[in-house]
Formats: sequence, C-alpha cells, structure tokens
Amino acid sequence: MPIHILMPALSPTMTEGTLSKWLVKEGDEVASGDIIAEIETDKATMELEAVDEGKIGKIIVPEGTEGVEVNNPIGVLLEEGEDEGDIGDVSAPVPVVPAPKAEPEPEPEPGSAPIEKALPAPAATAPRTAPAVPLSGDRILASPLAKRIAANARIDLAAIKGSGPNGRVVKADVENAFSGGVTRSAAARVSSADVPDFGQAYTEVANTNVRKVIARRLLEAKQTVPHFYMKVDFVIDNLLSLRKDLNGQDGADYNLSINDFVIKACAVAMRKVPMVNASWTDDAIRMYENVDISIAVATEGGLITPIIRNADQKGLLAISTEMKDLASSARDNKLKPEEFQGGGFTISNLGMYGIKEFSAIINPPQSAILAVGVGEQRPIVKNGALAVGTVMSCTLSCDHRVVDGAVGAEFLQALKPLIEDPLSLLL
Amino acid sequence: MSDTNFDLVVIGGGPGGYVGAIRASQLGMKVAVVEREHLGGICLNWGCIPTKALLRTAEVYHLMQHAEDFGLSAKEISFDAKKVVERSRKVAGRLSGGVGMLMKKNKVTVFDGQGALAGQGQVKVTKDGKNVAVLKAKYIMLATGARARTLPGLEPDGKLVWTYKEAMVPDNMPKSLLVVGSGAIGIEFASFYRTMGAEVTVVEVMNRVLPVEDEEISMLAHKAFEKQGMEIVTGATVKNLKIGKSNVTATIEKGGKAEKVTFDRVILAVGIVGNIEDIGLEKTKVKIEKTHVVVGKYSETDEPGVYAIGDLTGPPWLAHKASHEAVICVEKIAGLTPHALNTSRIAGCTYCHPQVASVGMTEAKAKESGRKIKVGRFPFIGNGKAIAMGDDQGLVKTVFDADTGELLGAHMIGSEVTELIQGYAVGMTLETTEQELMETVFPHPTLSEMMHEAVLDAYGRVIHV
Ligand SMILES: Cc1cc2nc3c(=O)[nH]c(=O)nc-3n(C[C@H](O)[C@H](O)[C@H](O)COP(=O)(O)OP(=O)(O)OC[C@H]3O[C@@H](n4cnc5c(N)ncnc54)[C@H](O)[C@@H]3O)c2cc1C
Repeated sequence: MPIHILMPALSPTMTEGTLSKWLVKEGDEVASGDIIAEIETDKATMELEAVDEGKIGKIIVPEGTEGVEVNNPIGVLLEEGEDEGDIGDVSAPVPVVPAPKAEPEPEPEPGSAPIEKALPAPAATAPRTAPAVPLSGDRILASPLAKRIAANARIDLAAIKGSGPNGRVVKADVENAFSGGVTRSAAARVSSADVPDFGQAYTEVANTNVRKVIARRLLEAKQTVPHFYMKVDFVIDNLLSLRKDLNGQDGADYNLSINDFVIKACAVAMRKVPMVNASWTDDAIRMYENVDISIAVATEGGLITPIIRNADQKGLLAISTEMKDLASSARDNKLKPEEFQGGGFTISNLGMYGIKEFSAIINPPQSAILAVGVGEQRPIVKNGALAVGTVMSCTLSCDHRVVDGAVGAEFLQALKPLIEDPLSLLL
Repeated sequence: MSDTNFDLVVIGGGPGGYVGAIRASQLGMKVAVVEREHLGGICLNWGCIPTKALLRTAEVYHLMQHAEDFGLSAKEISFDAKKVVERSRKVAGRLSGGVGMLMKKNKVTVFDGQGALAGQGQVKVTKDGKNVAVLKAKYIMLATGARARTLPGLEPDGKLVWTYKEAMVPDNMPKSLLVVGSGAIGIEFASFYRTMGAEVTVVEVMNRVLPVEDEEISMLAHKAFEKQGMEIVTGATVKNLKIGKSNVTATIEKGGKAEKVTFDRVILAVGIVGNIEDIGLEKTKVKIEKTHVVVGKYSETDEPGVYAIGDLTGPPWLAHKASHEAVICVEKIAGLTPHALNTSRIAGCTYCHPQVASVGMTEAKAKESGRKIKVGRFPFIGNGKAIAMGDDQGLVKTVFDADTGELLGAHMIGSEVTELIQGYAVGMTLETTEQELMETVFPHPTLSEMMHEAVLDAYGRVIHV
C-alpha cells in the first residue's frame, strides 16, 4: 500500500505548520533519509526526511501552504511495484488556519471523519523531529477542556493563572480570562479589519510564524512584565586592546568580537548575582541553575534568540565559535528548537549599527535583558583630567517582580570590572 | 463538665455535618457536633442506606423469581416482611454506630441534644427542654437537614398514609399502594413494593416520571415500570386523601377529571422542607428562601461566622452533595483555596429496577443553553456483559459540547448504572474532552464499555451497533 507522508510534529506543542518548500517533485525517486521538504514551525524551519525508499507518487499539499495540521497527509510515497493507480483517494481536506473571524469548520458527517479516510500508514509517520526539550518553565498545566477552549478562543494559556491543583488551569480560569480580557494571542487579535484604511497605498507582507511569535511574546512582555531600566557606561579600551592582542596572535584562526566578551562577562556576573537568571511564577521565583544566555540575532524573518548554554563554563573561543554557528543557522532558519528554547538572560547588541543606546523588551519568561550600544570614542574624565576613551553604553531592563533596583545595580556593578578589565575573565 | 470552647461547632450529625466535622479535625480544628437523634442523619438512618438494603432484598427476590432463566430452580419463593425490615434496620444501625467510632477516632466531641444559635459565636444545647451546655465557637456550621414535605389535604397519619420513615418499616406488605410523587424517593419505594408484589400506582404532577432526568431516560423508565405492572399516571394530582379504617380513598385529578380510587396505603414523596425551625435563626441575618437557607459559594450565610450546608440549603438534596459541600466550607474556613461546588458535576442515582443515574445537563438543557451539541447513545443489548448478566435492557447516553468537546452530561438507565456514573463524574471533574474518553481503555467484558461506546457514538464512531 502506498505510504502517506504526514505533516510531522516538530515539537511537542506543534499543532500545525507551514509546508514551506518541496525539495522533490512527483515522480522523483527517493531513498530513505533523503530530505524531501522543508517545514516551518513557529520558530524554525526543519527538514523532512523520507523514511522509506520509493517514488513520490503525489504531492497533496502544495508548498507555501500555511496552517497544515500535524498528521495531515501531505504527500504519497509509492513503494516498489506500486504506481499512481494505487494511490486512491487522497483528497483529504487541508485545513488552513482559520482567520480569526472565520466560521467554524463544517462538522464532518458522523462516521466519515476525514481522519479515517486518509488512514496513514504507520511506517510513514516518523519524521525527523528534533527531540522534544520540555523546558523546566515551559510546561503549562491545564485540563484538556481548558486547553481546548483556550485554543478555540486563541487565548494564551501561559497568561492565565491556574486555580486548580498545582496551579492547573481549569475551564473556569479560561472563562474568567475571557471576561477579564486577558491577552489573546496578539497575532490573532488585530485582524486587518481592525486597522483603518485611510486610502493610503500599501502592500501586505504576510506574517511569518516567526513574526507572529515575536508579536505575541513581546506584546505579552510589555503588557504583563513591570519593566524598569538602568544605564551604565563601560570604558572598553582595555577590552579592545586585549581583543586585538588575542586576535593578532600567530596562527589565530578566530576573530573574537566585542560581543563575545560581553557574553562571557555577563555569564560570570550572573553567577555572582544569580537573581538576574530567574523567572517569576506566582508561587515562587524560579532560579536557574545553569547560566544559559540568549543572544538576539536578526534574521530576514525576524528576531530569534539562540542560546549559549553554560556560558560561564566556556572560554571566549568556545563562545565565539558557537555564536558564529548559531548565528549562521539562525539566518538560514535552521535552528533546532533546543537551540533557541530556554535561556535565563538575554543580550541584544545593536552596536554594529552605530546605535548609542537603547532599552530592550524583556524576553519572557526571563527577567532581564542587556541592551548593548556601540563602543565609540567619547570624552571621559580620568584622574580629574579630560581624556579620550572608548565608551560603550549598556542598558539593563529588569522585571521588577524578580529583580529589584539594588539587585540590578549589583549585577551591573559586578559586570563593570569584567568588561573594563577583561583580563579577569581569563582567570 | 466537658470543654465547651471550640473552633467549629456543627449542628446536625448527618452526612453533611459529620463529614465536615472530620475534615475540620483533620485540619487541626477543635470540633463539636450537636446531634439530637441519630449520628449519620437521614441518610444512614432513614434514607439512602436503609432503602438500599430494602431494594437489595427486592433485587434478590426478583432474581429468585427468575431463577429458571439462569438454569436454576427455586421453589416456593416467599418472604417475611418483618425480617426484611429487620435487615434494613440492622444495616442502618451498624453504620450509625460506625459514625460514632469515627467521631471518637477524629477527636470530635459529640453533644447529644438539640442545638440552636444563641448569640454571636454561641450554640445552646438542650435535651428534653433541659439545658445541656452552651458552646462557644469561632465558626458554626448548620447541618440540620430536611424532612418530608406535606401538602394541604395530603397529611400523613403514620399508619395508612406514610412518609418515607413509615414506608421503610412496614409491618406487612400492603396489597395496594399509592405513591404520590415520582422523584427518586417515590420511585424507589414504588419499585420496592412492586417487586415485593404490591399493586402500585404512581401519580406524578409533571408530564413524566423522574422529571429531573433526561426525557429519553424518563420514557424508558416509564416503559420498564409499566412492563413490571406498575400503574403510572402523569400530569395528574392527588387532590385529597380520605383516611378510612383500613384503607385510604384518594381523589386523583387528571385533565380536569377527578377519580376516586382506594388503596391500602399511601406514600407521600412530594419533596422535602429544610429543618429551619428552633435553631435560633430568628435573631440572625440568615436568609431563608422556600424553607432552605440561602448561602454563598462557600456555604457562608449572611450572618458572619455562620455557615450552612446539605439538605438545609439548596438543591441537589443528596448525601454526597451535603458531604462535599461541608468539606469545601471547612477548607475555606481553614484558609485553604477549595474550588466552589459545581452542582452540574454532581451525579444523581435512583436505585429502582432498572437503575437510573445521571450527571450534568440533560439533552434538552444543553440545547436550551444555546450550545451546539453532540449526543451519543449506546443500548445495553449491544454489550456482552449485560447479555451475560441477563439484563440487556437499558441505555447509556452522552451529551457533548460540539465546539469544545466538553462532556456536558451523561444519562443512564439499566443494571448497575449507579456504580458506573462516577466514571463520567471523574472525567468531568478532570475536565475531559471526548478525546481522553476515547483514548481510555475500558476493560472487557464490563458494562463500562458502554460508556466508551456512548462517547464514540457521539462522534460517529460507535463500534458495536
Ligand atoms: C428515603 C430517602 C432515600 C434517600 N436516598 C438517597 C440516596 O440514595 N442517595 C443520596 O445521595 N441521597 C439520598 N437521600 C437524601 C439524603 O438522605 C440527604 O440528602 C442527606 O441525608 C442530607 O444530609 P444532611 O447532613 O444535610 O442532613 P440529614 O441527613 O438530614 O442530617 C441532619 C441531622 O441533623 C439532625 N438535626 C436536625 N436539627 C437538629 C438540631 N436542631 N440539633 C441537633 N441535631 C439536629 C438530625 O437529627 C439529622 O441527624 C434520601 C433521602 C430519603 C428520605
């Protein structure tokens, strides 16, 4: 029997995704392990491998289709000795993400649910999925009904306080959230009809999943996290000269960036002031045991934050190499979920654009983010006399529920000598 | 003189009061229960338990009469009414005694007497008009329960016209019996007496028996009872009872026509009224509506420090509601954060033959609520265990919210369904959707498989019909 190729679940929470690209066409022969398609989830693009050898008999879901439900057949693989005649009826409907105002889908006739029609062959169901990495802070306890209602209403379960055992979100909590007007998934809330049209000319750029996630998470952060900001200037002449020395060493096949130093310095400072490496929950502040730092990387599709894990235990070179790999995977949209999910602190650096200073939005559920500006020559006062120094302004945004002013200040205080006198980093 | 200072004093030792007292004691409170008559309340002494004992007798008797269906022979089947009642009383006595033990074990002080509020934070206990004690309490829980309702013209005399109390201890079996009211209590007695051989007539003012149940279930029950030889008159009222020497003549009015019929005995089962008298409510802010105390979400009355639970408060008037309400109330007092009682998740059971059990909304109620619904049904004839048991009549029915998959209600009629319904109740409390129920593996062969099938049926996936 022909094998149905199914939409894979690339993460435990994935319910649908975009079939961004087919890398094969009908009639192509494939071997087991060949990459046949690219699937875009809310954060990354992943490759789909053929699990068996055979011939692509049919492409059911065309590339570029959004909102393809997990386990929906997307194509048919013919095994040896089979031909197109064996494919049969594969006209399974392809559910597309309903627009916020769309009518509910028509009910299937009893007994003829589409699932049964397009019965998948079990062997074809295992896509190459990245292992699920449930993050300690990421699992939301909720009753099945609460999940269903929240999903139907496009309410973000994470924004709801659960009243059940162990904070489990139950139906009543979701319904209260409804009436209380809690964060709907931001991306879903503003439909194009809500934005007035004053007759200006425009083109519309469809939102990628990444864009939608950015919109939702940052709106949620700005609306629900009490931010405050602290600015500090670092004189980085020592850092620059150390960097120059290291990069200029004989046979150096690396190029350490200022940012690599900042990452390392933050990691060491986070060990000293662990409260900036924590998340707020209603019952407790969750202090992370590892120092995992998210680094904001701009990509074509939008912002993503790959993670340098255990940054406090890694040398500058290791950090630098890892950062380059992560940034390039991020730009190619190839990050695996475990490479960007988690982290206890974020660094966002816009120095390369000549930005002097800026205030960043916290990356929830983290509690602090450091916004790094350009290192530029400025007049400084040194031993009572005016001098020229290279100064880099940084702004720390803190979640006041977790990080009080004094704690944030302590962190910056710890950070200052590590950046201004970076030899201590090498200790 | 025993200690009279308590954190919590409970007036009434029924399934509401005594369970609340135990929970309070578990939470570290110093607790007293004031009970005037019998620990265990109506439930253990004159309600749930003794009736179930009688109905068990009826069930065994029924099976004996049908012994041949099972390849057995039983000859000269008969019974001794006195012994039947004796067994029922023994069962009740044993359980009531058990509650006494539980009170001791949980260090709950029991005061024998009538309790009444006597000023803020005080409860006066009297026995036969004599003062026993005045108790001081931070919190007071009223759990005095309810008693049978009587209507003008329909007053019990305790000899020929009974309420449930007399109906439970007959000295012999009446030949003919009129049951007024076809709620759970009326129907259980009708079923018991019919099985034991009495000619039974049930008069119900509503247009169907067991009027709170799903309509389809009511209809099936109606048919089953008629098949057993019960006479059922719906949409009718008993206007008047004329008590004679050894029988009672009832005036039954239906559709404007009155008819006089004579019976050996009459059972009045037309509801209950709350025991709100003589408990000192007059001087408090406690509000009463239709003989029941008005309470908030956590059983608080309008009088600070005074709480009320169980039959004394609003429906459903069931023992497990009373117990659970008491637990929630006590936990709230202790500063815990219990969920308020969700009455739409309380199962109701009627132990007649065939049994009836339900939880949540009827199909009609669900429709009325404006929801889109899906309904599943599975008949007993499609179930192997039911056929093996020789009891293949009945139905399991489910009602789902089509949009969310919420199980809104479940309704069953047939053998052992009172033991099955909790499966759906657990599911509802865990807030299941159809998905989890479908994924649950039900053991074979059991009657419970019908619960699975009735879910599958709602989604067009039933297997065995
Ligand atoms: C025939 C019959 C069958 C039933 N079958 C079932 C069934 O199968 N399942 C079910 O769930 N429910 C059944 N019920 C209902 C069930 O019995 C009640 O819902 C339950 O008993 C209510 O519990 P309670 O604690 O609120 O009150 P009660 O059980 O009525 O207890 C109240 C107690 O308070 C005492 N009391 C009253 N006033 C005072 C006072 N001033 N001072 C001191 N003590 C006082 C009374 O003596 C009594 O012991 C049945 C009822 C009847 C009548």
